[in-house]
Amino acid sequence: MFEIKKAPLIVEEVVEKVRSDSCGAIATFIGTVRNASMGKRVVYLEYDAYEEMAVKKMGAVGQEVKEKWDIDKMAITHRIGKLDIGEMSVVIAISSPHRKDALEACQYTIDRIKQIVPIWKKEVWEDGEIWIGKQ
Amino acid sequence: MKVKTIFFAGCQDAVGKREMEVDINEGTTVEKLLEELIKDHPALEPMKKSVMLSVNMEYVSPDTILHDGDEFAIIPPVSGGGNV
Repeated sequence: MFEIKKAPLIVEEVVEKVRSDSCGAIATFIGTVRNASMGKRVVYLEYDAYEEMAVKKMGAVGQEVKEKWDIDKMAITHRIGKLDIGEMSVVIAISSPHRKDALEACQYTIDRIKQIVPIWKKEVWEDGEIWIGKQ
Repeated sequence: MKVKTIFFAGCQDAVGKREMEVDINEGTTVEKLLEELIKDHPALEPMKKSVMLSVNMEYVSPDTILHDGDEFAIIPPVSGGGNV
């Protein structure tokens, strides 16, 4: 249910993992590469990950979510490597019997990914590059 | 004892390698090893305050003692996910 991939992401693949007859909702979040940051034009992004730990920590986020909301299944696929503008960096899908739980859990999940999942993003601009985060 | 040490993102750029094996004494803490690494690679110094440390893929406190064969990583602030 938790994956790191180098190939382009396919939303349906992630959604299919959480589909369930007992659920009335699947909430999704898709992160995409934006063309500008801090007033600069972004040419592309480079994502790096501590892959094994990242998968483990995505699982830990999943565990937290299950303790807080009534959800059925949850899947996260994060892409690494070079990503062009507009491409998807992450897809989250969460199924629940009722929509409120899935929607709230989805927001929580993306926030937690940014806190504890060891994945890094380098912005490459026309005139330079920087790893995001206070490094 | 030998510990595998891994560097990511800005730390990898500062050190110039993804990973290395380091020889340490019995009882060495992760904080002590980080200080030793900074001595060898001063470019790591500015990142000292913002990094988290992990042993065998779990976040640990600075006083954690390393053991032979451990996998130690310096984890810069993470930024996975999308552009919210």
